[in-house]
Amino acid sequence: MNSIQKNRLKDQLFKYWGIACTLIGLVLLVLFIGDILIDGISRIDWAFITDLPSRKAEKSGIYTALMGSIWILLLTTIIAVPVGVAAGVYLEEYSKKNRLSAILEINISNLAGVPSIIYGLLGLEVFVRIMSLGASVLAGALTLSLLILPIIIVATREAVKAVPKSIRDASYALGASKWQTIWYQLLPASGGGILTGVILALSRAVGETAPLIVVGALAYVPFAPSNPLDEFSVLPIQIFNWISRPQHGFIENAAAAIIILLLITFVMNGIAVYFRNKWQKKWK
Amino acid sequence: MKKLVFILSITLIMGACGNKKEQKENNSETTQLEGTISIDGSSTVFPITEAVAEEFRNVQPNVKVTIGVSGTGGGFQKFSRGETNLSNASRPIKDKEIAACKENNINYLELEVAYDGLAVLVNPKNTWVDSFTVEELKKIWEPAAQGKIMKWNQIRPEWPNEEIHLFGPGVASGTFDYFTEAIVGKSGSSRGDFTASEDDHVLVQGIAGDKFSLGFFGLAYYTENKDKLTLIGVHNGETVVKPTLETVRNGTYSPLSRPLFIYVNSTSVKSPEVIEFVNFYIDNAGKLSKDVGYIPLPAELYTKQKENLKAFVAKNK
Repeated sequence: MNSIQKNRLKDQLFKYWGIACTLIGLVLLVLFIGDILIDGISRIDWAFITDLPSRKAEKSGIYTALMGSIWILLLTTIIAVPVGVAAGVYLEEYSKKNRLSAILEINISNLAGVPSIIYGLLGLEVFVRIMSLGASVLAGALTLSLLILPIIIVATREAVKAVPKSIRDASYALGASKWQTIWYQLLPASGGGILTGVILALSRAVGETAPLIVVGALAYVPFAPSNPLDEFSVLPIQIFNWISRPQHGFIENAAAAIIILLLITFVMNGIAVYFRNKWQKKWK
Repeated sequence: MKKLVFILSITLIMGACGNKKEQKENNSETTQLEGTISIDGSSTVFPITEAVAEEFRNVQPNVKVTIGVSGTGGGFQKFSRGETNLSNASRPIKDKEIAACKENNINYLELEVAYDGLAVLVNPKNTWVDSFTVEELKKIWEPAAQGKIMKWNQIRPEWPNEEIHLFGPGVASGTFDYFTEAIVGKSGSSRGDFTASEDDHVLVQGIAGDKFSLGFFGLAYYTENKDKLTLIGVHNGETVVKPTLETVRNGTYSPLSRPLFIYVNSTSVKSPEVIEFVNFYIDNAGKLSKDVGYIPLPAELYTKQKENLKAFVAKNK
């Protein structure tokens, strides 16, 4: 075997190694979804979505937890997106490259690595106790907003950075101010990237359990929140609670609730992909 | 703008849904009470309280009962700050927690609501074990056993010279705390080299699939999986007792059975809906605790709890 053949062989081996690595993720996902579907799909019907939690597995539903999750999702979006995008744009477009901005940057990356339960403790002290919001949806959403802010900021910066310089130059050449350039050119051009980041961040928020348990999200609430100061439960807590029950019926319930939760995240990711493609077409 | 309108409309729709759910099924037999009752605490007691809250909704649909699962300690922390009306607990309140309550001028009443039992289990193919003494269990599970007590014949010489495979609940669970306290003598103190899982179904599968296994978990899980596992009796100092409704209730299945509690504070019993709820709780705890896999107190003990409650309410009017 000469050295060319050897290199080809290595090349081939690396290729198959790469394929195998790629497949691991896919196979695991398929196995996981398959397992959950077998356990849970037959349990899903309209009553399961609209019923309250119950001690009887077959009468139990996810209404309050689902509503809680939707509330959390909406409030978190309203709070985190404007703040995160604005901070990202500031860091990328306005801030001077000095010591302060370097410190800011390092801290934002650090924040992205803080375990989520720590955010829960922060939320408990600041939002629940000091701001006396109680164990409310608003306190939960504020806590999750903190949790996903770094992700949104980083995504925004990357997206804004990726806008071709020619667009900026053209805008300035036509006499646009910095604000006009950002609002009318940069943000629309980077919208797809920002949106992808935002939705990935929100998908993470919708699956979080630990910080919400610390903040005081409940396991049993017989009513859906009707305003931001109401108490609430969320799907992951309901799932966790059901999994720890001895009766087999609750395991089916948990699987069914997992399917719903997965559906929510898949739909959100789908929306992200759709908008990204739409935006990309518009800007090319 | 369109987006904003969209979000607002969703918010409104959800608000509307929320109201609809609360108002249905009005029951006019008894006086209709209103208000909220917030409960937090042990996840072990949670299923009973949830069942009571569920039934209570049929009687008093306008009283909102919410239940959290912060754990017994977490529950007492909120209870001692006056943040909750009732606290679920799988052990009696500790001195530190009593002090915290005193500091905030919280008086409380402890009520027993049901019993919980722990089951010690082996594989059905295990023919040699007929019972354990507490000392034997301690020898197996204490921290010093780690890496040393590895074979069945180290416990009793006549048992097989085979490796022993241990299964137990995760260290974060109340069941683990309870077992270690009852057997080893110190809560949370155990060897670390056993298969631990928060998911008791994993434990059931593990023990059911391994001839040389030994494990423990809540009695409720055993009754759900009777056909796959063999229950082992524990020597209580006088005789070998297996956990059953009877032996847990009369206290002979010792030390692996324990009472479960709810705590109610004195300010809360000024509100009629809380009194109503706690009364309803004690009236129905027997039937509902059985429903969710626990063991009811004897009837006379429930009567006693009701008397205690009555006195407590009268005292704090």
